[in-house]
Amino acid sequence: MAVKTYIEAIREGMRDEMRRDERVIVMGEDVGVKGGVFKATEGLHTEFGEMRVIDTPLAESAIVGVAIGAAINGMRPIAEIQFQDFIMPAVDQIISEAAKIRYRSNNDFNVPMVVRAPFGGGVHGALYHSQSIEAIFCGVPGLKVVVPSTPHDAKGLLRAAIRDPDPVLYFEHKRAYRLIKGEVPDGDYVEEIGRARVLREGEDIAIFSYGLMSHFCVDAAERLAADGFSCEVVDLRTLRPLDREQITATARKCGKVLVVQEANLAVSVASEVAAIVAEECFEYLDAPVMRLGGPEIPGVPFSPPLEEFYMLTPAKIETRLRELAAY
Amino acid sequence: MAVTVTMPQLGESVTEGTITQWLKQPGDPVERYESIAEVTTDKVNAEIPSPVAGVMGEHLAVEGTVVPVGGEICRIEGAAEEPAAAEEARPAEAVGAGTRQEVPAAGGAGATAATPANPAAVASAPAPQGAPAAPGLHLTPAVRMLAREHAVDLTRLSGSGINGRITKKDVLEYVQRRDSGEAAPPPGGVAARRAEATAQAAAPAPPQAPRPVPAAAPQAAGDTLLPLTPMRRAIAEHMSRSVLTSPHAWTMVEVDMTRVARVRARQREDFRRHHGADLTFLPFVAKAVVAALRQNPSLNATWTDEGVVLRNDVNLGLAVALEDGLVVPVIRGADRLSMAGLALAAADLTERARNGRLRIEDVEGGTFTLNNAGALGTVMSQAIINQPQAAILVMDAIVKRPVVVDDDAIAVRSMMNLCISFDHRVNDGLAAARFLRSVKDTLESIDDSAALW
Repeated sequence: MAVKTYIEAIREGMRDEMRRDERVIVMGEDVGVKGGVFKATEGLHTEFGEMRVIDTPLAESAIVGVAIGAAINGMRPIAEIQFQDFIMPAVDQIISEAAKIRYRSNNDFNVPMVVRAPFGGGVHGALYHSQSIEAIFCGVPGLKVVVPSTPHDAKGLLRAAIRDPDPVLYFEHKRAYRLIKGEVPDGDYVEEIGRARVLREGEDIAIFSYGLMSHFCVDAAERLAADGFSCEVVDLRTLRPLDREQITATARKCGKVLVVQEANLAVSVASEVAAIVAEECFEYLDAPVMRLGGPEIPGVPFSPPLEEFYMLTPAKIETRLRELAAY
Repeated sequence: MAVTVTMPQLGESVTEGTITQWLKQPGDPVERYESIAEVTTDKVNAEIPSPVAGVMGEHLAVEGTVVPVGGEICRIEGAAEEPAAAEEARPAEAVGAGTRQEVPAAGGAGATAATPANPAAVASAPAPQGAPAAPGLHLTPAVRMLAREHAVDLTRLSGSGINGRITKKDVLEYVQRRDSGEAAPPPGGVAARRAEATAQAAAPAPPQAPRPVPAAAPQAAGDTLLPLTPMRRAIAEHMSRSVLTSPHAWTMVEVDMTRVARVRARQREDFRRHHGADLTFLPFVAKAVVAALRQNPSLNATWTDEGVVLRNDVNLGLAVALEDGLVVPVIRGADRLSMAGLALAAADLTERARNGRLRIEDVEGGTFTLNNAGALGTVMSQAIINQPQAAILVMDAIVKRPVVVDDDAIAVRSMMNLCISFDHRVNDGLAAARFLRSVKDTLESIDDSAALW
């Protein structure tokens, strides 16, 4: 065990899988010689060479399209999209091709591909480097969507994603890259896709979140603990398929539910979690299911005070928790 | 048409008020803008004017109840010329009185028993027991299921949730008590904690403000528990927060007030004839302080994380001791007043403070506080800074003492200690000493032109 940053865990996850399985390749803009704009792929080009760590043109549809072709032909590609914001040109490849090939070919073909992309705001990235658009993919059958929040899970889930026989979108919160540190076990471990993790146990309020917000939720929960309210914080980790078992177990235990996400709320992951709770836990609810997320604004603003207004903080989460506690 | 009257916003930071006295009883005719109730906040006393003409209906809050801003306090029925409305109002009073006796903490629900007692009232009541659960309240699915499972008669429960709602936890605790054979609910339990959280949710305090942990003081036979007044609570909160917020440094100078005493003695009669008020030592010191603050703006300042805010206005707070507490009314624009102006403003504020007649604007916006503790006979005081100010100055008692004067002779002089507590984040000893020096020099070099200042 050693303490590592979130981005180190991701880098190690790729490196270890590339050492273990020579079918694993990495492709994307500046992932090779430069080592990625965030340095996520640093050192991979030196160790594995340009045949396995491929600098691509600035064409996301090509990055994913090539990855799909490679995957169908037996490779295990990891396609890096430099920012989640730039994934749009590749959405057709992801949703119309990768997600459907197994079904369309009646199981003859499958796409064991990982698409990695950093998301999230709070880094003064403005409109095109701050978005959280995971919800676009979470409603698409045929895709898996993974968002780790700790270095431990970042590595374990990336390994699982690479080994998964179907397309997995692996979203990394860019602010977490160097902010979040944690123990990462040595050796070959894998975290199962589709399982949430209880970050903090409690019995009064259930909090469901993912990505960097999971850490903020733990922080807010600690603040309420001083007043005798115990909150259970569940890190969803996989957004599709959601871990209904853990969601319903925690919601039933607590009776009050807050779902927190950085993205805006309309038709989102939080909407889906709230719907599951409403459908499956009605009899156990002791308050309306509450959600907290970004405002319904087209982008994360560049102006620092406006960005601050946009972004969630532990204090904002605490305020909402206190409303729920008082209900 | 019945109109519901709510607790008005009695100042920017005020979140609740205590109904101290109803000036209109149910059935009394009420003119528009006529005062209907007296309200105490942690800062001032005020009267609530009626928004309409009509007849006082039921009181939704009994005297002594703490009501949050926006909380309902009473209803005013119809127009004054409609006697029927007045008739209807009377029975309501009788029911209200009965309710009052049963649930003193809940804020007198009045005739409509379903009227929710407000959570903040519970928060500030001495023994928070929650509101009585009234039929017709919404029950969540969880509460219904638990009540069914454990065969709980929900009318026997007190709700600790918002608007007196029975929560899942209320039911579980009730079941636990019932099954373990306990009769009464333990004092302060979850209900109290919930109420506290409610109050915090309603009024987001600065998140960094440390919450003092209430110590469970054991009471021996013969001990008396003094219920906390809103003022006592406010003082406790302000003092604790100040000490925890500002690193207090303290220093003191001795001031020879002999010249001031002489000038005062000579001008006292004249001043009284002219201004109709007694000339005390306070305006002399206040005048010197205001001038010194102009020269040393970092003492008339506020610490913020972004930087030290130097206040343009000099709004001088005067600490006034009351029998049951302390209040700090503010002389606004003190640097624009003559000594007579300061004297009259101080006299007016002090008198209104003692009569409980201060208005909200009288106690807001202070930038520096002067405390005339000497009037109580103290000679050396360590005051606590009135946040968010940078310092507080105490003028202690003027006493005749033998002192060594310039020509190495010993003389009897009227000496006064000036003690300053200052926020060491904002100022160092040098600035505080300079400030004191300035006040001291002004006072020691005073002459008969002082009254013209």
